[in-house]
Amino acid sequence: MTKKDYTNVISKIDLIASKIYDDFEKADIPYLQLPTRTKANIKFDDKFNVWKYGKNTTERSAKSLDGAYMLLRTMYLVDFIKTMIKTNKSSTLREMYYISEGWDLAKFHSQPESNSLAEDLEVITSCMREDFKLRPEEDGARVIGNLTLEEMTRNKTKKKIHCQDDVGDSGYSIPYNVEPEKISFKGIDADFIIAIETGGMFDRLVENGFDTSSRAILVHLKGQPARSTRRFIKRLSEEKKIPVLVFTDCDPWSYRIFASVAYGAIKTAHISEYLATPSSQYLGVTPSDIKNYDLPTDSLTKEDIKSLKSELTDPRFQDPFWKGEIKLQLKLGEKSEQQALAKYGLDYVTDTYLPEKLAEMGMIKK
Amino acid sequence: MAKITAHELAKKQKEISVAEFFERNKHILGFGNLTRALLTSVKEGVDNALDACEEADILPDIYVEIQNHEDEECKVIIEDNGPGIVKKQIPHIFGRLLYGSRFHAIRQSRGQQGIGISAVVLYGQLTTGKHAKIISKVEEDRPAAVMELAIDTNRNRAEVINRKITHWDKPTGSRVEISIMADYKRGKRFVYDYLQSTSIVNPHAQIIFKEPGGTEHIFERTSEALPKKSVEIKPHPYGVELGTLIKMAKHTKSRKLSSFLKTEFSSMGSRTTDAACERAQLDKSLSPKNITREQFLALHKAFKKVKIMAPSTDCLSPIGETLIKRSLKHETKEISPEFIITASRPPSTYSGNPFQVEVGLVYGGSLPKDKSVRLFRFANRVPLLYQQGGCATTAAISSIDWRRYGLDQPSGKGIPTGPAIFFAHLSSTLIPFTSESKEAIADIPEIENEIKLAFRECARKVQRHIHKKVRRKKTREKFDLITKILPEIAKKSASMLNKPVPSLNEVITKIMDVVWIEDLIEYEKISGKPVQTTLIEDTLGEHKEGIITKSNIMVVNYMRKPQKFNLYVVIPEDAVVGTVTPKPTRIANNYIKWNLDSIHPTGKIDVHFELAGLGKGDFDENDMYIENINPSYVIGADKWEGE
Ligand SMILES: Nc1ncnc2c1ncn2[C@@H]1O[C@H](COP(=O)(O)OP(=O)(O)OP(=O)(O)O)[C@@H](O)[C@H]1O
Ligand SMILES: [Mg+2]
Repeated sequence: MTKKDYTNVISKIDLIASKIYDDFEKADIPYLQLPTRTKANIKFDDKFNVWKYGKNTTERSAKSLDGAYMLLRTMYLVDFIKTMIKTNKSSTLREMYYISEGWDLAKFHSQPESNSLAEDLEVITSCMREDFKLRPEEDGARVIGNLTLEEMTRNKTKKKIHCQDDVGDSGYSIPYNVEPEKISFKGIDADFIIAIETGGMFDRLVENGFDTSSRAILVHLKGQPARSTRRFIKRLSEEKKIPVLVFTDCDPWSYRIFASVAYGAIKTAHISEYLATPSSQYLGVTPSDIKNYDLPTDSLTKEDIKSLKSELTDPRFQDPFWKGEIKLQLKLGEKSEQQALAKYGLDYVTDTYLPEKLAEMGMIKK
Repeated sequence: MAKITAHELAKKQKEISVAEFFERNKHILGFGNLTRALLTSVKEGVDNALDACEEADILPDIYVEIQNHEDEECKVIIEDNGPGIVKKQIPHIFGRLLYGSRFHAIRQSRGQQGIGISAVVLYGQLTTGKHAKIISKVEEDRPAAVMELAIDTNRNRAEVINRKITHWDKPTGSRVEISIMADYKRGKRFVYDYLQSTSIVNPHAQIIFKEPGGTEHIFERTSEALPKKSVEIKPHPYGVELGTLIKMAKHTKSRKLSSFLKTEFSSMGSRTTDAACERAQLDKSLSPKNITREQFLALHKAFKKVKIMAPSTDCLSPIGETLIKRSLKHETKEISPEFIITASRPPSTYSGNPFQVEVGLVYGGSLPKDKSVRLFRFANRVPLLYQQGGCATTAAISSIDWRRYGLDQPSGKGIPTGPAIFFAHLSSTLIPFTSESKEAIADIPEIENEIKLAFRECARKVQRHIHKKVRRKKTREKFDLITKILPEIAKKSASMLNKPVPSLNEVITKIMDVVWIEDLIEYEKISGKPVQTTLIEDTLGEHKEGIITKSNIMVVNYMRKPQKFNLYVVIPEDAVVGTVTPKPTRIANNYIKWNLDSIHPTGKIDVHFELAGLGKGDFDENDMYIENINPSYVIGADKWEGE
């Protein structure tokens, strides 16, 4: 693995400092401009088939107290990144949050605040946080299936791993860096990837041997999937030409999980083309499934209804399938979980539900 | 039915004894029940004591004691350090209803009817059969007189039971001991409230209250200055009754109508006198003694038709905003209110009687947010504890929409709800009470209107205060921004690029784009020499330390162009102005004015002045105004609207 070249990153970072400095010199109120990171400002990118930030921009100006704090924090953050690059260190996002304790006025008040500024910086510089030597503390998700990959281990040796034979029941754990210098995919013998929201369902499919019986690569998303999980799925799907199916609970939050896998998340829309797998399909559980399979349900809460309605105006959910399903769910006033399928027995999901759904989607023959 | 002849009627016609009169009217005199009777008795004694001390220019030290030996029988003792009462007068004052020195005098005092204390004596006698005891000392080196007396209810005269002399330590003073039937358990709270409220409006008095159990409450003196002495004035033609006019004419020494009018009435100059006589079609040189009833009637009518100047208002003795504020502050210490605001109206008149309204508002702190606002009503420095609903004060407050001023008020009418206390004080030569028990102010339109105007002004000040606070907070943030954060951003960007730190001035003016005025008030204790003051007869003792109020105002021009304007700071009228820098253009009695020099962008002027004659905290916020500059450019001061 070659040592990464950071000169480009440093010059981009310095550009921020000089922009502010020049504003002072020109007697302008210092400000930075970045795309507005909201639902209202995401546009479909025809080239990559993903959703990216549109043309709306937000100004972080020293005119307001909040804006000035943001600029000051940005200055501290870029200075910190520069130092890390120079000293060849890296830190987790959480460590960075704690390091800001020593930044006096520029100190962050919560970690979401510091995480979000790191994302802002990615957006402004079109670098990735890995370029900034920042990494998430969360571990990636798990994979089980007939897949062989090669990982560069910490003692710089390449290690081949078969994701059934070389791993335990919890599967292969996706590292935070899944770039080619770290992971390369070798042999694969499977028909599709199933990305699963909950650990309970992942374990059910593993226990029932669904990866073998149905020739599937099972990936556990662990709720809202980490960047590395999404990047892993995208690389695997595109490099090995294998379709992705997303299997989640039946509620508005789960639809967002699907959207972030398939279209790109609003928070990371600046790198959607890098993280999203546009060909992903939603397998279930759909509101129609609630009816068709007569699943046990809970009533929608006020927040559920609010998010469903918000999804109706979300540009990513504008196709007829999603519109229809969301409206149906609002009408039903109910939601359900993947594991509600256990109503019909532990094997029902692997013996009946999934085969039926997969056949419906044309993934397997009836 | 048989015809009743005048002779038969005559058999029934006889003098009504005061006892019978009292028995029938005791509710209007404030003795309606055993709880009320206790409060009324204390109140009549304390009101008299305060009146007497003030008249004799003595700072009142009042002692109230209640003994409660048997159920429902209390002995009320009130002692003062006033001038005392000459021996000859004691039987009249305490043993005769409708005898007093205030009924005929037109000036502000607590007593006005000549019923008060004798009614207590009579009530005591009727309910307990016991005599009243009075001790009085009028001269320092003479013994005190002790008198025990009862009222002969058939003759409305005192019956002196016992008189003797005794040694008394006080230089002068009076002590009254009256046994009455009363409900101490229930009445206690009212007595306490009354004394506390009395102390609020009489900061120059010290009141000690000793309960039956021996517990003593001390309401301290917070001002060493006696209230301005009210001057007795002559009746005003607008307010005089026809009967009084006839009686005055009968007793006058003037031999001509014109001189009678000019010498015996207020505000009657030659021109008004001529105008009134002409209107009434009376000869100016008529002898007052020869005027007929019809002619008096014409004159009385003519008065109302002629424009006569309002009477002089020397007869009033308002408390003053500074003292009201100080008292309210003292009394609400435990609540730690957010602010106290006062307002006072200029003197006015109703039917020829001068009056003046002062109001106050205490807001915030630990006051309950969900309860009705508490209202403290006062008339001539006497708290009004009953009949709040029937009082002009209540009506005036209820007619204001308080919702705009941060208080709740369903439908915008009635007493509002919220964390506030209202204070209202009416001073007048004749308080128009709704009844003899002096508990509520009658709905005289002129008075109600003045109370309303005063509270409106108060409310406006509240709004301004809140507004100012919000704006201050915002500019405080901006100030932090330009003084702390911006320099840090500049420093950091410079250090990352290895360049010198850029200049910030122009960016600062762009961000702020205002003239910023901020103030700080400090108090400095001065021991030894007493502070000079305009408070009348301030008898600051050596033990008392003076306070100098120091006000520092910083004016910074954060605009891109130089600015030049005038600054005004409102100061209390009773303050004395000390050192002022820079040199002011004008020091008026209620403001200081500066024509400030032109200030460069990011330039600053420090304004400083000192005030004496105020207590600590009396002046705790600079009321600042600006002139000759667009007010929207300025933060921290409002537009000067003239005096
Ligand atoms: N403590 C006192 N010291 C000196 N004089 C007193 C004292 N108490 C009463 N007097 C005199 O006695 C008079 C009568 O008092 P009283 O209370 O009966 O009537 P008032 O105070 O004039 O009117 P009101 O009926 O309104 O109280 C007073 O006007 C005052 O001159
Ligand atoms: Mg009296």
